[in-house]
Amino acid sequence: MSVRHAMLLLLAGGLGALASCGPQASGPTGANPTRPASQTTGGGNGAGGNARLAAVAQQRNLTPDDLVAAAMTYTPSGRHDEYIQFASGGHSGQVFVIGVPSMRILRTIGVFTPEPWQGYGYGVGNDILAQGRVNGRDVLWGDTHHPALSETRGDYDGQFLFINDKANARVAVIDLRDYETRQILKNPLSLSDHGGTFVTPNTEWVIEGGQYSTPLGMAYAPISEYEESYRGMVTFWKFDRNAGRLDPDRSFAMELPPYWQDLFDAGKGPSEGWIFGNSINTEMATGGIEQGNPPFEAGVSRRDMDYLHVINLVKAAELAAAGRTVEINGFDVLPLETAVAEGVLYFIPEPKSPHGVDVAPSGEFIVVSGKLDPHVTVYSFAKIQQVIASGQYDTDQFGVPILDYDACVEAQVEVGLGPLHTQFDHQGYAYTSLFLEPAVARWTLGGASGSLNPEPDWTLVGKTSVHYNIGHLAVAEGDTVSPDGNYLIAMNKWSIDRFMPTGPLLPQNFQLIDISGTGERMPLLYDMPMGIGEPHYAQIIRADKLHPWTVYPEVGWNPHEGRVEVGAPSVGRERIERHGNEVHVYMTVVRSHFNPEHVEVNQGDRVIWHLTNIERALDASHGFCIPTYNINASLEAGEYARIEFDADVPGVFPFYCTEFCSALHLEMMGYLLVKPSDQAAVEAPEPIQPES
Amino acid sequence: MSRMLHAIAGPRVPAEELRSRPWRYALPALALSAARVAILVSIFLPYWTMVLEAPQYPDGLHVQAYVNHLTGDVGEIDGLNHYIGMRPLEDAAQFERSISVYLLIAVVLLVEGAMHIHSKWAVLLVVPVIVFPPFFLIDLHLWLDHFGNNLDPAAPLSNAIKPFTPPVLGTGVIGQFKTHASAGPGLWLAVTASACSIAGLVLHRRAFKPLFDRMRAGERSQPAARGDGGEPAPGAAS
Repeated sequence: MSVRHAMLLLLAGGLGALASCGPQASGPTGANPTRPASQTTGGGNGAGGNARLAAVAQQRNLTPDDLVAAAMTYTPSGRHDEYIQFASGGHSGQVFVIGVPSMRILRTIGVFTPEPWQGYGYGVGNDILAQGRVNGRDVLWGDTHHPALSETRGDYDGQFLFINDKANARVAVIDLRDYETRQILKNPLSLSDHGGTFVTPNTEWVIEGGQYSTPLGMAYAPISEYEESYRGMVTFWKFDRNAGRLDPDRSFAMELPPYWQDLFDAGKGPSEGWIFGNSINTEMATGGIEQGNPPFEAGVSRRDMDYLHVINLVKAAELAAAGRTVEINGFDVLPLETAVAEGVLYFIPEPKSPHGVDVAPSGEFIVVSGKLDPHVTVYSFAKIQQVIASGQYDTDQFGVPILDYDACVEAQVEVGLGPLHTQFDHQGYAYTSLFLEPAVARWTLGGASGSLNPEPDWTLVGKTSVHYNIGHLAVAEGDTVSPDGNYLIAMNKWSIDRFMPTGPLLPQNFQLIDISGTGERMPLLYDMPMGIGEPHYAQIIRADKLHPWTVYPEVGWNPHEGRVEVGAPSVGRERIERHGNEVHVYMTVVRSHFNPEHVEVNQGDRVIWHLTNIERALDASHGFCIPTYNINASLEAGEYARIEFDADVPGVFPFYCTEFCSALHLEMMGYLLVKPSDQAAVEAPEPIQPES
Repeated sequence: MSRMLHAIAGPRVPAEELRSRPWRYALPALALSAARVAILVSIFLPYWTMVLEAPQYPDGLHVQAYVNHLTGDVGEIDGLNHYIGMRPLEDAAQFERSISVYLLIAVVLLVEGAMHIHSKWAVLLVVPVIVFPPFFLIDLHLWLDHFGNNLDPAAPLSNAIKPFTPPVLGTGVIGQFKTHASAGPGLWLAVTASACSIAGLVLHRRAFKPLFDRMRAGERSQPAARGDGGEPAPGAAS
């Protein structure tokens, strides 16, 4: 009998025992007179095991539902998770990798922020971070929002992950062979992006939509010229999958009205080639509370409708390729006028202050939630196309066609208060986060997915309360053409009383919800505190789609070039070479020594330190730090790294391995001796006299 | 001289005899051929494998010794061995590994030769293939013994690990490692070759000894024909 069967039997027995003493077990101090004491000291099987389980449940005040939730999430030592969640790290500027259903953090990935454990930004990776300089300045944090896994035919392929930094309008590419950031791109047009990143079904394009409108090209204009000079934008970054990089030369952006574009999503199936975005400030409010103007929160919410943006990306790309763009800050931009004239951009009214725009798995429908309207509004792509073809529409003040709302809407479902984001499962259900209630609503789709569940189409089926104030939610593969369902994670902004308070700054709360069933039932399984940033969105991929390297493919591997570094230090070829003021150190790294161990340079030398971790064993990482010089690298098995610095501070610097690599880890060190340029100082200091 | 060679080569089988009892003469050749094939194939298979088990290595560390090279986690094992001052595995048996393939081809050629010799001298040519497996194990044991008992005294853990002889077959313990050494398919093939060769010799004796004895008897009845008194093959083939 397998361990799993044994546990289920044991659990079943335990549940029976619990049921017999009422739904609510008594607390740790409340002795249960009906239970003989001997039962609590039983063995590991049969009735004894049941008794132990029941005793633990009683002692810890666990209900039968709690025990089921525990059994559904507990992952015994050595067993791996079924899914992996990639969550944005919010202010941390990172990405978190989390196992599902165990909800264990497997690692963080440094993206916009230096991260010392993985040696990112302390001698290694500085060139990547430098790609993200903004207006010539280092910006060493990010507000990461929306991770996007690369897709093939609309399904996650497990190769790459993209993420944006809302605070500075940057996007990054992470290679899922080693979970490391390969590229950061600063958007040359904008200082704010929210609608990124999203990918087209074959990852031809990575979408980055701006948010707070500014003059394009990061230029200046007074706010009194908001309508004339401030603009929104959406950027389409061309992805070169072979290179694993976004290619700015083949990318372009579209100029949009200053409506504060919010989120985007790519069409799929019948709607492939089209892009959908929403906007929250069609009022073009400019705030100014201090001058007696309505504050942004009121001005931006004044109208009942904002605009769903419908963009023909295929046509836009053709126009860009045909040179119909203008150059702003060195970047190709399709002007609003051209987009309108060529029929690339359409608007459809959408309920007040929308926050989510999500394309259903079949690609037939686009789901929008106005966060100040209790409905989700479902648009039909086919109907949108009919209205476009009819040529009957009004225009906004920028000349953009506004399609008739009623003619484009397929359905509205009243889901509850503060609907934000929607994802989908394999049973024809959609799940929408309700920020105000706060809850997750399950409702039924129509169309091709309508027959997958017993309930009628476009109906609210059930809700599960979450704790508290949910933002995004993520269903396993829930935004692909073939969602997995099974698990949903509610990404809650407030945790309030869920955890032991950690001072006034409380963690976020990820709540795992079981959505494998049908109907109303969606039990909560697990709370995961997130005390390292505020994740916004996450995607959940089947773990068996990920095939990362466990050691680098060959010794001397340069991860950033994706090949063996010519001239990487190798065994027997360790040396120190001087070329004028430039000193090259060729060092191998292995348990438990560096070679060479003595590195002598002169003050003022430029030091170029090449390191190869020559290990081939799983988990044989070594660190390498040099005090004073702000250097710390993490060298994984096989990895080559190059660190450059000016040896401008004289002295003796013990460098050492910062990863506890072996029994003789403490001994894994060496000395960097920087000889002062002032030779007089070379003389040994006076020995210290012991006090008598 | 030619008489001596003739005596060593032994009698040829008369055609009529061969027709009447083909298996009697084919079997020794088949058995020795099997031995040759087994040895040739064994060159491509590991002769000896060692698995090191420790909690840090859930899949264990594996090393496979072929007659001419090592595969597996050699680098990792060398890395660990440097702590106790054991020399790199590649340093061991370099001479043996450099000649092993030629040696085995020579062994095969000797067996080939034995198939054409219908006297007890065939035994001499088959002896190398018979003794190869124990020879391999003894050589390996001597190297293991040499490596385990000549640890670098300047090694990091030299005073924590006493010199030791890793078992050539079976289980040993060193530090947190449990070692399991066992014969690989190559060695089993070599043993098979050994057994086939012994069987081949028995069959060889059964087939050719009567012919040989008859030849000797014929020679005795014609003593005049014996010119130089050269040493004939002894009557009894082992």
